[in-house]
Amino acid sequence: MTNESFPARSSPSSPAGHRSVLLPLAVAALLVGVWTLVWASGLFHESAFPSPLAVLRALGEELRSSRLPNDLVVSLFRVSCGFALAVLLGLPAGLWLGHVLNARLALLPIVNFFRNLSPLAWMPFAILWFGVGDAATIFLIFLAAFFPVVLATMAAVASIPAVYYRVARAYGLSGLERLTRVTLPAIMPQVITTLRVTAGLAWLIVVAAEMVSGRDGLGFAVMDSRNGLRTDLLVVEMLVIGLIGVAMDRVLVRLTRIPSVQWGYAR
Amino acid sequence: MNGRPFQLTSVSREFGPVDVLRNITLDIEHGEFVALVGPSGCGKTTLLNILSGDDSPSSGVIQHAGRMRMVYQQDGLFPWQTVAENIALGLRHLTDPRERRRQVDLMIRLIQVEGFEDHYPHQLSGGMRQRVELARALAGDSDILLLDEPFSSLDYLTRLRMRQELARLLDDRPRTVVLVTHDIEEAAQLADRVIVLTDRPAQIRRELNITTPRPRDLTHPEVVHAVRVILTILGIEHEAAAVNGAR
Repeated sequence: MTNESFPARSSPSSPAGHRSVLLPLAVAALLVGVWTLVWASGLFHESAFPSPLAVLRALGEELRSSRLPNDLVVSLFRVSCGFALAVLLGLPAGLWLGHVLNARLALLPIVNFFRNLSPLAWMPFAILWFGVGDAATIFLIFLAAFFPVVLATMAAVASIPAVYYRVARAYGLSGLERLTRVTLPAIMPQVITTLRVTAGLAWLIVVAAEMVSGRDGLGFAVMDSRNGLRTDLLVVEMLVIGLIGVAMDRVLVRLTRIPSVQWGYAR
Repeated sequence: MNGRPFQLTSVSREFGPVDVLRNITLDIEHGEFVALVGPSGCGKTTLLNILSGDDSPSSGVIQHAGRMRMVYQQDGLFPWQTVAENIALGLRHLTDPRERRRQVDLMIRLIQVEGFEDHYPHQLSGGMRQRVELARALAGDSDILLLDEPFSSLDYLTRLRMRQELARLLDDRPRTVVLVTHDIEEAAQLADRVIVLTDRPAQIRRELNITTPRPRDLTHPEVVHAVRVILTILGIEHEAAAVNGAR
């Protein structure tokens, strides 16, 4: 048959696959080298600039005391709860706003207002209402993720080509079946992109929130290390926060490989 | 079959102050292939939307009988479903999954896309996508096929092949067909009756019967003659003899 085009797939065994592992590793090694050089040059005072070796020692110490794993689990738990709540409530709200013009006209300005209000500004109220701990942090993460999910879902629904609904009607898809077989698959690529962006946002917020309102968690650990002037621990925590953020996106990016959403990325 | 597929009596359609269709009276017989041609923007698609029930006339009466399926210009396939899943959408009345699977396979062979069952529309060429759309519309138990410029986004040669393909598919699965097109050759090569519409507000300017059975060659004398007559009606060719020869 003629000119069929297939999306290119890169397998780990391809030359690009090897390079995609080796090149970033080389860059990481280079950065550690620069770090060592700056430390050795004595440009910054020892207490303000830990050596790579000191950081490695601090990592071992943290793992033995299992404080770091505990903080990590606590932070991940809060992000998961807040994020799941935001998606569970934000997706239906976005579907409704996308379908009902009057609801959109009435609520869009308010949604936009809250979308642009930094969730960290809620912090005092969060603590007053929920006290210091899980609930306040989850509330902030929920606020950070809910409004972007609502807005993105709404925009995706409103931009579904009318032809799909005409086809649905002609082939007798209505009600729940129309939702699951037309609306949801039609918005899925955009929803997945939003989930990735929003999960990153939620991860930024959890650290900030725990720095202020926590008794535990990675954000609290950062504050604690700062108070104890433990710059070596601080670097360990920064590395973990960054790596977990990358790992979360790695997990979510797998959603884009589902065959039935490929069309949304293959243009 | 009781009742004609379509019976339009003095159908008009206005969009606010804009007259789009004026006083269209038209009967379409069972099994007939009717093509609607006319200048672009004249209201062909509005007429087709009224036929399909997606739009209603401002005045006049439309009666129709039979189950309709529509094929769109492009991208009417669900991009999140495979070729087989899209075709199966046209077979939803079959409750037995094995029978449905068998019918899907039959359509896939009929449109010659074997091996592409599990591909998604964006992995196919434009011509293959339109063949799958035709298969989805022709699978199952519909009586009427509405075609809205189905081949206009394809290149010229693919378009010519798709006309043959459509004639072949209709031979296998006869339907009443209404084709909206600005491609006059397409109308002349495929239709039993070509209805030429005027500029907006669209009225029926002329009807032209073509009796040679399908499949017809593009260069068949009756096709060539019909093209010349239509072009003359539309004021693009100026040959008195052609118009006199029209029935």
